[in-house]
Amino acid sequence: MRVLAAMSGGVDSAVAAARAVAAGHDVTGVHLALARNPQTYRTGARGCCTLEDSRDARRAADVIGIPFYVWDMADRFHEDVVDDFVAEYAAGRTPNPCLRCNEKIKFAAVLDRAVALGFDAVVTGHHARLGADGLLRRSVDLAKDQSYVLAVLTREQLDRSIFPLGDSTKAQVRAEAADRGLAVADKPDSHDICFIADGDTRGFLAGRLGEAPGDVVDASTGAVVGSHSGAYAYTVGQRRGLHLDRPAADGRPRYVLSITPKTNTVTVGPAEALEVSDVHALRPVWTGGARPDAPVECEVQLRAHGDVVPATVALDGDRLHAELRRPVRGVAAGQAVVVYRPDPAGDVVLGSATITG
Amino acid sequence: MLDEALEAYVATAREVGNASSLHAAGRRARRRVEESREQVAAVLGARPSEVIFTGGGTESDNLAVKGIFWARRAAKPDRRRVVSSAVEHHAVLDAVDWLAQHEGAEVGWLPVDASGRLDPQALRAELAAHADQVAVVTAMWANNEVGTVQPVVELAAVAAEHGVPFHTDAIQAVGQVPVDFAASGVAALTVTGHKLGGPTGVGALLLARDVPATPLLHGGGQERDVRSGTLDTAGIVAFAVAVEAAVKGQQEYAARVAALRDDLIERVRQAVPEVIYNGDPTDRLPGNAHFSFPGCEGDALLLLLDAQGIACSTGSACSAGVAQPSHVLLAMGADDDRARSSLRFTLGHTSTQADIDALIAALPAAVDRARRAAALRTPR
Repeated sequence: MRVLAAMSGGVDSAVAAARAVAAGHDVTGVHLALARNPQTYRTGARGCCTLEDSRDARRAADVIGIPFYVWDMADRFHEDVVDDFVAEYAAGRTPNPCLRCNEKIKFAAVLDRAVALGFDAVVTGHHARLGADGLLRRSVDLAKDQSYVLAVLTREQLDRSIFPLGDSTKAQVRAEAADRGLAVADKPDSHDICFIADGDTRGFLAGRLGEAPGDVVDASTGAVVGSHSGAYAYTVGQRRGLHLDRPAADGRPRYVLSITPKTNTVTVGPAEALEVSDVHALRPVWTGGARPDAPVECEVQLRAHGDVVPATVALDGDRLHAELRRPVRGVAAGQAVVVYRPDPAGDVVLGSATITG
Repeated sequence: MLDEALEAYVATAREVGNASSLHAAGRRARRRVEESREQVAAVLGARPSEVIFTGGGTESDNLAVKGIFWARRAAKPDRRRVVSSAVEHHAVLDAVDWLAQHEGAEVGWLPVDASGRLDPQALRAELAAHADQVAVVTAMWANNEVGTVQPVVELAAVAAEHGVPFHTDAIQAVGQVPVDFAASGVAALTVTGHKLGGPTGVGALLLARDVPATPLLHGGGQERDVRSGTLDTAGIVAFAVAVEAAVKGQQEYAARVAALRDDLIERVRQAVPEVIYNGDPTDRLPGNAHFSFPGCEGDALLLLLDAQGIACSTGSACSAGVAQPSHVLLAMGADDDRARSSLRFTLGHTSTQADIDALIAALPAAVDRARRAAALRTPR
């Protein structure tokens, strides 16, 4: 096949591209320029937007021996990922930008352009399995598994995707990179949100949305127990950084229960008030077989690297409802509920939807 | 690199000797440098003392633009105007910008017409208004993107009337069109090795004796006290061999390559009727063909043709490797879409009819695909 390898400049995508070549594909490497003003040699956090990353990707492509180009996706990325990220926080939700980038950029804008240019598929270095059965499964390396952020992909998108790393652990990928002479073999993993260089999400949002002082209110008494400089900066389940003036009557820690953008209020309460047994979500995508008519016994994951909980999931038109076997704390609107079917050959992604409450 | 230049390089590099040393080996090296200087001067219509060897075109351009500016401003502090054109190579453009940003230079930008050509009357008007303040005029001999050859002799004459030094970046011109330093009337001229079959990293600035220039590089003052640095004897020897070969072979080369180029243009127009042919149709570098493909993105076409073994170029890329709309096309009045839809095909010594056949065979399908890709919400 003629395939396009998205190369971030990291070790995973470099090895993925090399494996695609080894598998006999005709591979072209592409680095996505996502920052409008790429910075040189950013210190600290490593992302996917620096000149150094672009250079690392080019160097890896040279070593692998494939053509390499840079595609400018900065405007698309800003509209579909960065602006969306800010708007979601402003609306009191907690977005996952990596998931959005997969949904809108890597497996949409990039894939569409690749197909128009005559490519058959896009290869990425995501840690997830996608076999001949077309089912998306968790990586063998559960600590690095990225099936959660890929679960938004539709059947059409998956059919044009290749994830060559799903059967390997990260350690194996690094060892292979070293064997292949790829200089990125020991490059540190990227952890932070790539467009927030210093990792200060609150500061980034404050810069975009401005200061908006408001009240922190106790859920049980309705009393104002503190103030904040912008409700958007809070996430359901958050405990740290609340700076409450008065301790709770019972002396126990309080958590963010909800954010109300309309009144710019952050509501706090005890941990047990965070517990949720019913999860409602919108816009389901179902790729693990035919869309079910009846409720499905399965497992759900409610945030990246979050706990996996047994549940019964039912679809109704544009809605998804998950009834959890045991309550879970800190379920944030805007995150995805990802539905898995346990499987000894790797848990299978059945589908996903966006949590509303 | 040209065979004879490469052989000259290797033979010279085997000999040891610093051309600035006084011992026998040094004298031998110095002799090779001076012979090369005479060789370059002879074929380019300059005096040997007017040849300043440099580390290539970018250095020569910077030395001419900044060096002449600094020297002439030092002589007369209110002389801090630079006149240039919007279609210059970045080695000139960015040097001029730097002077504006950091040295308080004012810039008079000369416009170009739709074919990328400068109008000597515009320079005349500029100098009529500001001659006393102008430190230097710089305009390229021929454009590296769209191939348009500028009326350099007329421009230099206008500058000379006002007593202002005129620099020209002739990197694209030497070996492609006739270039004679003295006859052209320019005060300074940039030439570099790698564009004419010589080594990369060696070039020269031809600088008339009476034109002052403040050095960029300070040190031993090896080159007329205008340029310092131990001379790269082997590189200079190879450069001189290449310059001589390029200039002596220019007419025959230009005739052969222009015929191929004209065939390419004709057949591209037949294959893609809506193509726009950019640049001056007659006053043009012989090996240059430059087109806009409406509805396509140049970088998509480049990818598709590259996959078929056909090398072509879009404008330039930023430091991250992202293709930028050509500043040359924009200066010629093209809009952003047309600038981004452009592609340059360059023919040279090794080009053959078969290369053109291969291009024409691949082009229509590539244009179709590139159009489909561009019709999606366009990634920028």
